Amino acid sequence: MKTLRTLFVATTALCATTAAFAADLEVTHWWTSGGEAAAVGELAKAFDARTDHHWVDGAIAGSGSTARPIMISRITGGDPMAATQFNHGRQAEELVEAGLMRDLTDIAEAGKWREVINPPSLLDACTVDGKVYCAPLNIHSWQWLWLSHKAYADAGVPVPTNWDEFVAAAPALEAAGIVPMAMGKQGWQQSGAFNVMMISLLPKEIFLQVYGDKDADVAAGADVARIFKAAADARAMASNSNVQDWNQATNLVITGKAGGQIMGDWAQGEFQVAEMTAGEDYTCLPGLGVNRTLQAGGDAFYFPVLKDAETTAAQGELAALLLDPEVQVAFNLKKGSLPVRGDVDLAAANDCMKKGLDILATGDAIPDFNQLVSSDTRVQIEDLFVEFFADASMTPEAAQERFAAIIADAD
Amino acid sequence: MSSERPNGLFRNIPAKVAAIPMIITALVVFMGGSLWTMAYSLTKSKLLPKWKFVGLDQYERLWSTKRWVVSIENLFIYGVCMLIASFVIGFILAALMDQKIRFENTFRTIILYPFALSFIVTGLVWQWILNPEFGIQSIIRGLGFTSFEFDPLYNADIAIYGILIAGLWQGTGLIMVLMLAGLRGIDQEIWKAAKVDGIPTWKTYLFIVIPMMRPVFITTLVLVAASIVKVYDLIVAQTGGGPGISTEMPAKYVYDYMFGGQNLGQGFAASTMMLLAVLVVVIPWAYLEFGGKKRG
Repeated sequence: MKTLRTLFVATTALCATTAAFAADLEVTHWWTSGGEAAAVGELAKAFDARTDHHWVDGAIAGSGSTARPIMISRITGGDPMAATQFNHGRQAEELVEAGLMRDLTDIAEAGKWREVINPPSLLDACTVDGKVYCAPLNIHSWQWLWLSHKAYADAGVPVPTNWDEFVAAAPALEAAGIVPMAMGKQGWQQSGAFNVMMISLLPKEIFLQVYGDKDADVAAGADVARIFKAAADARAMASNSNVQDWNQATNLVITGKAGGQIMGDWAQGEFQVAEMTAGEDYTCLPGLGVNRTLQAGGDAFYFPVLKDAETTAAQGELAALLLDPEVQVAFNLKKGSLPVRGDVDLAAANDCMKKGLDILATGDAIPDFNQLVSSDTRVQIEDLFVEFFADASMTPEAAQERFAAIIADAD
Repeated sequence: MSSERPNGLFRNIPAKVAAIPMIITALVVFMGGSLWTMAYSLTKSKLLPKWKFVGLDQYERLWSTKRWVVSIENLFIYGVCMLIASFVIGFILAALMDQKIRFENTFRTIILYPFALSFIVTGLVWQWILNPEFGIQSIIRGLGFTSFEFDPLYNADIAIYGILIAGLWQGTGLIMVLMLAGLRGIDQEIWKAAKVDGIPTWKTYLFIVIPMMRPVFITTLVLVAASIVKVYDLIVAQTGGGPGISTEMPAKYVYDYMFGGQNLGQGFAASTMMLLAVLVVVIPWAYLEFGGKKRG
């Protein structure tokens, strides 16, 4: 009994001393590849240096689809972290509605987020009933085709400038023993590539009709059928790419073992870590070189409601820090994404980022997939494409039929 | 269990009082939790449980989803193969171990050892062993058999058997130990009697010893069946459900839709179906075990 009491006293003392120090904020995210880890390191450094608090890194390896369930079960299970990454949009919708997320409106007003954040749709995605619930951190767009100069030089064909040339060059690459297209075998990458093709190869209205209005007739129509044919091309080109994670696939492009990859601009960070120069060692084609349209999605930090007043105050400081101009530049240069503030200097940005900024400045941005469909629909579509890309005997027509059925039931 | 007698209810009051916490736990936590899950599987709850009744819609969607149907098929293949193979291998190993061999302790430890590893470690180890570029295939090719092909995890038609190999490797040791305990429980007099009557050893095993080991078999059956129905981490570690959806399992479907898809209703419907599968196993067991005692 005496030992037990000593133990209790010791524990209490320990708790008391920790509380006297500055708050430790546990931040969960799924940024684990080389470029991503470097970028998140910038956030941790800035937070530790500029505030009295301490950044406790809660990286969850895998991908968003592995990490999000863990984050959500922790929040709903009553063990919330201090801050967590989500994509803008509907992923955290119900958590906000259930009152599990902290209202950041006061911080947003103090930081004039409404005026500085560009495009404003990013802040809208954080706003529920006029209140701000998340701090947008960066802009990511999916619609990029990354091409390896080395692979095309080895195969003796010019680097493609659009999707059709890319498909046409595939046999030459295969003859040279190079995988024409790198693609990780995960649902989000495969369905992502499909959505990229839909936006890039068709007028953007069709994408909005399918995912925005959930119009099953359009989804079953002739235009979308063309995209399923293109997806079947991609399936044939990627049949020898035996990797799982997106950064492994990007690495195939970096090392010239694969011709190209459809991946979001976060792939940029990997090229940067490998010290490659855009235009010389690799080429990026926004909108697959066809449509100059980008989807403005991205990452945002949400702050679960906490009981401890001190940690809650520290959350506020972190939220304000994320939108700080210097932090925005440092983070986004490493991450390969675009800053959410229109007023920061990005002289250090490289070719690809400038191309992206140009397109965003002309206003040709459409809302992200995650802002349009619920997670339920997203997982169903991912399941469909995992199956489609793994099974060469599944015809584009059969896949389209199931796709249209999912859209018909979507919410 | 003594409440079978007419006035048994008031006998042995302290023991019954002592059992109350257990009874409440069983009723509230286990039964209550299951009933709650079943009730909410009839709603269209998304991320959080909400009482919006939709009837059997979730079940309709569940059974029209190809991934679920594939999961059930996989569970069936894995379950039947696992049951038969682990019983046969486990029993043979135990019978061999029972021949009064030397170093029995050492062998027993070696064979039971994989069971000490988690399914995650097992899955990763076998992912490497079955990887054509690093594992068995490359070793045998390195010996000169260049056309040798063995890559079960990369062929959608047989990937589930790659999982089965890992599952057997991990689980057979436990079965062997249980069977060995059962064999040791057989009276030596019976062996002597069988020898005197001139019955061959294999016949003694098959017709005398195995029927006597019924309780051990039934306990093992329940343990193995439960581990089959809930198999999840092995799949996640070894194949992630791939290639395509060829090694998906029901438990993974539940998790993916409950949390990844933020669709509790769908996840609850799937887990209710899993509960049904468990009941199909447990009810006959309970009948055999407890019903049998009553008769005896």
